[in-house]
Amino acid sequence: MSLSTVDAAATAVPPEEPAVKGIEGRTPLQLVVQRLRTDRVAIISVVVIVLIIALAIGAPLIAAITGHGPTDTNVDNGTDANGQPLPPGSAGYLLGTDNLGRDILVRIAYGARVSLIVGVVATAIATIVGVVVGLFAGYYGGWLDSILARIMDVVLSFPYVLFAIVLVSVFGSSLPLTILVIAFFSFAAIGRIVRGQALSQREKEYVEAAHSLGAGNMRIMFVDILPNLVAPVIVLATLLIPTAIIFEATLSFLGLGIALPTPSWGNMLSDAEGVGFQAWWFYIFPMIFLLLTTLAFNLLGDAVRDALDPRTERIFAARRKKKPA
Amino acid sequence: MTRFLIRRIILGLVTLWVIITLVFILYYARPGVDPARELAGRAVTPALLANINKAYGFNLPVYVQYWNYLKRLVPIPGQFNLGISNNNHLPVTTIIAQAVPIDISLAVGSAVIWMVLGISVGVLAARRPRSLWDRGATVFVLTGVSMPTFILGLLLLYVLYYLLTIHGIAIFPKPGSYTPITTNPLEWAHDLILPWITLALITAATYSRLTRSSLLEVLGEDYIRTARAKGLSERRVVYRHALRSSLTPIVTQFGIDLATVLGGAIITESIFGLPGLGLAVVQAIEVQNLPVVIGIVLVASFFVVAANIVVDALYAVLDPRVRVS
Repeated sequence: MSLSTVDAAATAVPPEEPAVKGIEGRTPLQLVVQRLRTDRVAIISVVVIVLIIALAIGAPLIAAITGHGPTDTNVDNGTDANGQPLPPGSAGYLLGTDNLGRDILVRIAYGARVSLIVGVVATAIATIVGVVVGLFAGYYGGWLDSILARIMDVVLSFPYVLFAIVLVSVFGSSLPLTILVIAFFSFAAIGRIVRGQALSQREKEYVEAAHSLGAGNMRIMFVDILPNLVAPVIVLATLLIPTAIIFEATLSFLGLGIALPTPSWGNMLSDAEGVGFQAWWFYIFPMIFLLLTTLAFNLLGDAVRDALDPRTERIFAARRKKKPA
Repeated sequence: MTRFLIRRIILGLVTLWVIITLVFILYYARPGVDPARELAGRAVTPALLANINKAYGFNLPVYVQYWNYLKRLVPIPGQFNLGISNNNHLPVTTIIAQAVPIDISLAVGSAVIWMVLGISVGVLAARRPRSLWDRGATVFVLTGVSMPTFILGLLLLYVLYYLLTIHGIAIFPKPGSYTPITTNPLEWAHDLILPWITLALITAATYSRLTRSSLLEVLGEDYIRTARAKGLSERRVVYRHALRSSLTPIVTQFGIDLATVLGGAIITESIFGLPGLGLAVVQAIEVQNLPVVIGIVLVASFFVVAANIVVDALYAVLDPRVRVS
């Protein structure tokens, strides 16, 4: 009987749900995702990027289905009776073959791997280095800031295409070197922004509060300040990916990026330039894929910037209001 | 102001010093590198190596070599010496002097196009934000930002040169054509029109983006409202009052872009076969013709560093806030 009150409480009918749904708390991430989902351009970009990723991952599958490896010269059926490359739509070669009888579709799929790996890995390295350097410079200030900021100024005023070419010519072209070179010339762009933000954030009250609670410098930098810089860093990083992809394609086009015969979109175009314009399909397909990829990342970066910017909420609200009418 | 300028000049000199030191280490003092062996070619005899070492001083201690290297790069008449090309034994200064007019031609023509195009598109977009014009401008900007230079160059060549020419409409010159302006100004412009368009379209995107955001910001200022309240025409408000003060970031960008092209538009020159600094350096790198590579890297870096200083000085003149901080 002593439990009766508990039983009563348990069996008591809960109060009726209010007719109007209460205001739900939404995390910033939910807000951003929700805004992105109303942005048609962002959705299309994501779809394109996912398709290109699928192409890159599925490259061996495509090679297996067609039966041609990315560097196979397909001596028996890759060229016509006169030894000329096959145009797109030829039997077994959807996008045609190049002057060595290699399957362009398979090479493009493998080229997607190079572009994406370079774009993502170089951006990741540049972002991590840029954030760390920028945080240290902005948070500590003083002589450390002077040195780090000057280093970033120097890197930013390098003629970087030229210097990248010099570096690659000395050490020989390879995927890791290409990635490192791109990362080296990109970190300062992020570092400078992070430094500026860190400079203003460290004067805020919450940093003082963290100090008075006994938090160390590392904790303040990476646990307290860093989350406040996530928005600009994400936008910059998204926009850095297409820049890195273009950089790699350019180096490869000049014969200084990914070494042949490994296909990359840049060196496929370089190969094509050596052949001439008669075989237009050598050019058009790597171009289309390269442009689609860089465009998709740039569009996504723009959309993410809009979505992360609280001021654009009004624009989105206005758009939503218009729809039913 | 003077202090500000002096600081910028010192930073510029440090940048140049870092670049030439890095180049020295990469080419002459890297572990495992033997410049004498590389110069000697295939038929190496100890006597030949000894002669080369004696002539170039490669057997001296590294710091002495470095000192000699630095000494001859100091721009004092009688002392300044960029060395002699390993290929044709011309002085590097002669090679550079022959190439620079082409880069000046390239820079002047494309700069006019990219400024006019970039700023007009930006103004159009900013005057009617979120209109159809603005969307068109966004497409223009994003395409320009996503487009690798070599793709645009190849596309222009393919459509405007190759396709037109094989159909009997040979309006555009074949790649590799160049006429000095002193010989025939019309022919000069005709030969350079495709490279100009290539460089200009790629670069204009940045200017549209800058103009749009900067003009939009200025149009929100109080003094613009005052100007409108005074009853000035919209045209006058936008062009006289707003555009002028929103051009400051564009001046910065312009200085650096111009200097980059002056130091060699590597991709454009390679595609259109223009014998400027960019093509010269790529060719020199291919055969490891170090004196030419170093000379051109130095000249290109000098242009960029000088442009940075000029731009910062101009910025301080245009915007007093910079001077004070």
